[in-house]
Amino acid sequence: MTAQVITVTSGKGGVGKTTAVANLATALAADGRKVVCIDGDIGLRNLDVILGLENRIVYDIVDVIEGRCKLKQAMIRDKHYPDLYLIPAAQTRDKNAVSPSDMIRICKELRPDHDFVIIDSPAGIERGFRNSIAAADRVLIVTNPEVSAVRDADRVVGILEAEEKGNPSLILNRLNPALVRNNDMLSAEDVLDLLGIQLIGVVPEDEAVIIGSNRGSPVVTDPRSRAGQAFRNIAKRLQGQDVPFMDLEQQNAIWSALQRLTGRK
Amino acid sequence: MFSFFGKKRSAENAKDRLQLVLVHDRTDLTPAQLENLKNDLLKAISNYIDIDPEAVQIGLERDGRSQRLVADIPLRGASRHRTG
Repeated sequence: MTAQVITVTSGKGGVGKTTAVANLATALAADGRKVVCIDGDIGLRNLDVILGLENRIVYDIVDVIEGRCKLKQAMIRDKHYPDLYLIPAAQTRDKNAVSPSDMIRICKELRPDHDFVIIDSPAGIERGFRNSIAAADRVLIVTNPEVSAVRDADRVVGILEAEEKGNPSLILNRLNPALVRNNDMLSAEDVLDLLGIQLIGVVPEDEAVIIGSNRGSPVVTDPRSRAGQAFRNIAKRLQGQDVPFMDLEQQNAIWSALQRLTGRK
Repeated sequence: MFSFFGKKRSAENAKDRLQLVLVHDRTDLTPAQLENLKNDLLKAISNYIDIDPEAVQIGLERDGRSQRLVADIPLRGASRHRTG
């Protein structure tokens, strides 16, 4: 076994990187994969709360780098999936406590015993981002169908090109099918045409995502959630499966009709 | 794609604006620098052939992830060669 290291990044903050990491890691673990996710956002850690593991942190990644603990001691096991682990970021340090070679070394140590290492990059294009992409075999860019998010995503694609990091794949997050239908939101086709990279998934806007993060339980564990389905599909694609893209337009219409029938909305 | 009042729907605005912004971001060339480049180019070409500076169109275009500088430079008096 040798893990694939996947970095999730975006340029702009608040587009759903951490949510994507938590959901993809959980979906991969639900598919029986051995997964470690690493919070790369030193000083502003959040992956722990999104996964509901904030009360279990003893050691963090900086403790590992500075030799205060073994890597295994900083790996927090998920509450539901025994093969899913989190390596938390340090909260009281800054991004300079970690270097790209530290990340490469940690990933090298994790590779033999896992299927996937998923790194949650901080926003921006500085040190924390550089650390996060250093060990990546594959990069996923999360963006929203919105001008500032797409512009920043394009900057990141440009940097990855310059660094010869291979072709990144796009997760278009928080798409609102009704707004797209009304021509008041960039469509997936528009964003792909602008960025010129390959698509790995479109995640519709879904209240269940917020409910999931409130509970520390990623939305992929909710079988009824459309966003959860989209993330489960992306996880399958990461495992090399050919999963057709969801028809958000049509399914959204069916879904709202169902919701009306069952009085859910 | 147009609403009642002939105003573009906002998705089109977003795409048009992004197209321009991305081309300039990717080339790291501001619109002012592009204008200077255009003037220098015209000066250089005018040393060899007669052109109409007003008719010249020079701009950046996107082609997937690559950019190209596209120039359309009609030659003055070129039509006289097209005698039939």
